Amino acid sequence: MTAASDTLDPSPARAVPLKRQLRRAERRKNLLFMALILPLAVFVLASFVLPIGSLLQRSIANPEVHDNLPETLELLDDWSGEGLPDEAAFVALARELGAARGTPAIADIAKRLNREQPGLRSLVMRSARALPLAEGTPAQDGLIGIDERWRDPVIWETIKRAGSPTTGFYLLGAIDRTIADGGEIVKLPKEEAIYLDVLVRTFEMSVIVTVACLLLGFPLAYLMATLPVRHANTLMILVLLPFWTSVLVRVAAWIVILQNEGLVNKLLMWLGATDAPIRLLFNRTGVYIAMVHILLPFMVLPLYSVMKGISPVYMRAAVSLGCPPFSSFWKIYFPLTMPGIAAGSLLVFIVCMGFYITPALLGGPGDQMISYFIAFYTNQAVNWGMAAALSAVLLAATLVLYALYTRYLGGNAVNKIR
Amino acid sequence: MKTRLLVTLIAAIAGMSFAHADVTVISFGGAAQAGQKKAYYDPFSAESGIKVIPGEYNGEMARITAMVQAGNVTWDVVEVESPELVRGCEEGLFEKLDYSKIGNKADFVPEAVTDCGIGTFVWSTALAYNADTLKEAPTSWADFWNVEKFPGKRGLRKGAKYTLEFALLADGVAPKDIYKVLETPEGVARAFAKLDQIKPHIVWWEAGAQPPQLLASGDLVMSSVYNGRIAAARKEGRNLEIVWNGSIYDFDYWAIPKGSPNLADAYKYIEFASRPAPQAQFSAEVPYGPTNNAAVGTMDPAVAATLPTSPANLVGAFATDTEFWVEYGEDLEQRFNAWASR
Amino acid sequence: MPTQALAGGHTAAAHENADVLVSFSHVQKTYDGDTLIVKDLNLDIRRGEFLTLLGPSGSGKTTCLMMLAGFETPTSGEIRLAGQVINKLPPYKRNIGMVFQNYALFPHMTVLENLRFPLAVRKHPAAEIDAKVKRALGMVQLGGFENRYPQQLSGGQQQRIALARALVFDPQLVLMDEPLGALDKQLREHMQLEIKHIHQSLGVTFVFVTHDQGEALTMSDRIAVFNHGVIQQIDTPATLYEHPANAFVANFIGENNALAGHVMATANDISTVSLGDGNVLAARTGDAGGPGSPVIVSIRPERVRLAKPDTPPHSRLAARVIEQIYLGDHIRLRMQVSGCENFTMKTPISKLDRCPNAGETVDIELSPEHLLALAPPPSA
Ligand SMILES: Nc1ncnc2c1ncn2[C@@H]1O[C@H](COP(=O)(O)OP(=O)(O)O)[C@@H](O)[C@H]1O
Ligand SMILES: [Mg+2]
Repeated sequence: MTAASDTLDPSPARAVPLKRQLRRAERRKNLLFMALILPLAVFVLASFVLPIGSLLQRSIANPEVHDNLPETLELLDDWSGEGLPDEAAFVALARELGAARGTPAIADIAKRLNREQPGLRSLVMRSARALPLAEGTPAQDGLIGIDERWRDPVIWETIKRAGSPTTGFYLLGAIDRTIADGGEIVKLPKEEAIYLDVLVRTFEMSVIVTVACLLLGFPLAYLMATLPVRHANTLMILVLLPFWTSVLVRVAAWIVILQNEGLVNKLLMWLGATDAPIRLLFNRTGVYIAMVHILLPFMVLPLYSVMKGISPVYMRAAVSLGCPPFSSFWKIYFPLTMPGIAAGSLLVFIVCMGFYITPALLGGPGDQMISYFIAFYTNQAVNWGMAAALSAVLLAATLVLYALYTRYLGGNAVNKIR
Repeated sequence: MKTRLLVTLIAAIAGMSFAHADVTVISFGGAAQAGQKKAYYDPFSAESGIKVIPGEYNGEMARITAMVQAGNVTWDVVEVESPELVRGCEEGLFEKLDYSKIGNKADFVPEAVTDCGIGTFVWSTALAYNADTLKEAPTSWADFWNVEKFPGKRGLRKGAKYTLEFALLADGVAPKDIYKVLETPEGVARAFAKLDQIKPHIVWWEAGAQPPQLLASGDLVMSSVYNGRIAAARKEGRNLEIVWNGSIYDFDYWAIPKGSPNLADAYKYIEFASRPAPQAQFSAEVPYGPTNNAAVGTMDPAVAATLPTSPANLVGAFATDTEFWVEYGEDLEQRFNAWASR
Repeated sequence: MPTQALAGGHTAAAHENADVLVSFSHVQKTYDGDTLIVKDLNLDIRRGEFLTLLGPSGSGKTTCLMMLAGFETPTSGEIRLAGQVINKLPPYKRNIGMVFQNYALFPHMTVLENLRFPLAVRKHPAAEIDAKVKRALGMVQLGGFENRYPQQLSGGQQQRIALARALVFDPQLVLMDEPLGALDKQLREHMQLEIKHIHQSLGVTFVFVTHDQGEALTMSDRIAVFNHGVIQQIDTPATLYEHPANAFVANFIGENNALAGHVMATANDISTVSLGDGNVLAARTGDAGGPGSPVIVSIRPERVRLAKPDTPPHSRLAARVIEQIYLGDHIRLRMQVSGCENFTMKTPISKLDRCPNAGETVDIELSPEHLLALAPPPSA
């Protein structure tokens, strides 16, 4: 239908300079473009790529033993694992522990080994305190003299294992696995396993909150999109209001409202719906209520902006073609809101996956999501390897979900409707 | 003209960073810090002219670690609990104390004197109940476990520490054997099995302010508590009682983060806060026991009787084993989290 | 209002007329309770005709169409479809096909799904659906485009799909609201003919809304000219053009020269008009008033001729040529006539012995059968 495209002058005399001109013009455009996005690129690199990189690095970093007992580890390389290592290894260990005595290094070694096997910390600290050995004592006798446990080959095995420059120990721990004495990966015993359950719980709670946000947010966004602008703006302010107060304040407000003597329970009892107060706090219910409240705007805003862009003429067209209004809504309007539903759900879901304060304050121990444990390891246990590993698992789970989303939902729904 | 302005300016800036006689003291907030302000901060400032800048934290070692590792230490004196003191000292987060600047070691309770921190008070985690709601008073952790005789919700701190000890006490383990038992896998299993018995009846608390409130409102019939919080609630007229039998006491310490910019002033503050008279005044504000042996003598006997360190209250009580918790804490907390979240 | 008689031609008997598919009787519409957007509309749409609602923007055309489609309800009056009053019938039960200005093709459905939609809603059997969809696609010459999404089609193609979708379920009536507005000129003209041909081949009743008089003239069997919510005239294109009922219609449709004056006398359907400068002309009496009333005499540019020696004086006026525009097949002369600066004469070059130059003064002939004496529009 269209006219034949213009072709450039094909004569070789002109072709070269034209090409060069084109390239020069393109290059200038590219340079300008790059100059424009440079600040953003630097920002993204500094605030996103580097921290995530260092997080992933930390989840496998294992410098404590490797950096502080280099000679011992080198000698242990030649050790068969049968019986005790030879005297040279004892000598090296005694020297290196002695050197680390009184420095943070000894605490690092002790803490790291203690993670492999509780109790090793005191072994290391006690030995270091007793070092150096008296002149002329053989190192093996000396160390075993300080603590009988040095006679146990398993301890040496543990030192060797903990001495690799990187470790899967934390990442395995984050999925309830550990490395057995034999070196094979095994499941943690049932009473110690926790993170897979927590991950599933995090996922499950995020799904429930997302669905609840969608069920509440969809009619709200629809109302806002159909209301005259003035009323819609008022509603919008109400929706956005929670954004302007801190999460802590909102959570505190929910505690007041939901507690046994709180507004909701008083109302329910006054209405006669219940005789005794219903427990709404420190369980899942309270967590869900507060999370939905906090996350609703993340659902409503994308939905609203998509709905605002859907011309009412589509509904009219459907009705004019013989489709009753409700059915038209379902068959025409609803699919057109898919990009908003997808974007809102993804947003809510991903924010949910990282929730921490709300479940910590409103939930019981069985309602904590994975971020709670990341915070626990960061702040309280000061085990940043484990915190990083849990974060990496959360990141991986989020990425997998995002990939699934673009594969099955986002790509299609969004492309079709643009 | 210009030069003089410059000189004045430099002098002013220099004055800001050097001549400033401020010392930043970080505690856990709440009633205890209010007591510290009265007993320590204000009198110390009045005596020395050094201003105390108070701050709060929740015992997160991560903050001190980050500060020391980054070489940007803004805290001068920190109140730390015993396991954190031990770990932090080993990891080089705290200055090794020079006792010549603090006082005579022999003047203090032996456990208070450590390499990196000097004990400032003794506090206790004990069983408490609302005397208005319970007709019969519980007397032991075995009673805490007895849900037939004492029906209702009971509170415990969300964490392995103390919780496991109380479970073993309730199961009949003698105080002196607690940590020996807990060192063994069988002992840990025994503690968790005991906890399983009352799991549905437990409300877990995290902040020390929660249990007195929950006890007063009737949501809990009994709870583990920090003894200082109960005293505060009693002052407000709540009829809450402490059962000292089976209580576990521990020390809080003053420590100096390594690289504190006001080291000399930090020592001056610690020296002041370790004298008998200020410690006695602190105990009068908050019923935590003094660490300076001479303090009890200067105290009102009525106050002394409310302290965890009074001889009557020490019957059946025992000290927490810091070494044990440093060694096994991480493992047991993980185990506890796994158990609690099921 | 004198126009009403012309516009309606409407009697109670019309309801019984088998030729009438739709009839509006005394329909009024207001949105805000203050202003009537449609004022007492009486209109019969005949079975199988192509009726265009023509008028300036805001004149109430869309409102009329929407009342017919059922998306707006008349404030008063009745609308009948095939004899049944449909004021209360919901739109999805009316079985009226509709083409919207921006086509309103469902963006999340392929062409095929769009076309199947009205049939699937009616629960036609699958085989029948397929056959009908195929036929409709063939009708708009877009077989092979079934699996495209609307945004993968050009504007003209979308337009055709919209038309096919409005026709695929065999409605008795098809409504189109400025459906060609978004197309470029060439494509628009092409689509005008195509729609007209489809109409002729199907025999379905079409009601078409436009503000483009050229479009209306090209496509329609009859045109209803709207202004301010009132039908000014409803007639075939030729009648509208040659015999406009009033000054609005004369001006709105085609080019028109208008000279202002007063009526001196009327007799035998001929009015004698005195122009502002004293010249006197004879003109057919349109809706002009009696002697003394102000009047506009109007004539199409192509009806203006250079005067011949035998041109009678009451058909002759002096004109000064201001501009000569050569257009290949014809020539336009812009001239000053009786105080009017924009008087235009349009003549084929072959009919001209000698073309007057700019600045020249010539006599022109305005013959009474082409001059129309009309009442000035109310606003003027
Ligand atoms: N839904 C509505 N609410 C209020 N006023 C309307 C509405 N639709 C149209 N109008 C007004 O009615 C008048 C006629 O509009 P419309 O029927 O769309 O004219 P047209 O299609 O001839 O351009 C316009 O002045 C318009 O502003
Ligand atoms: Mg319109």
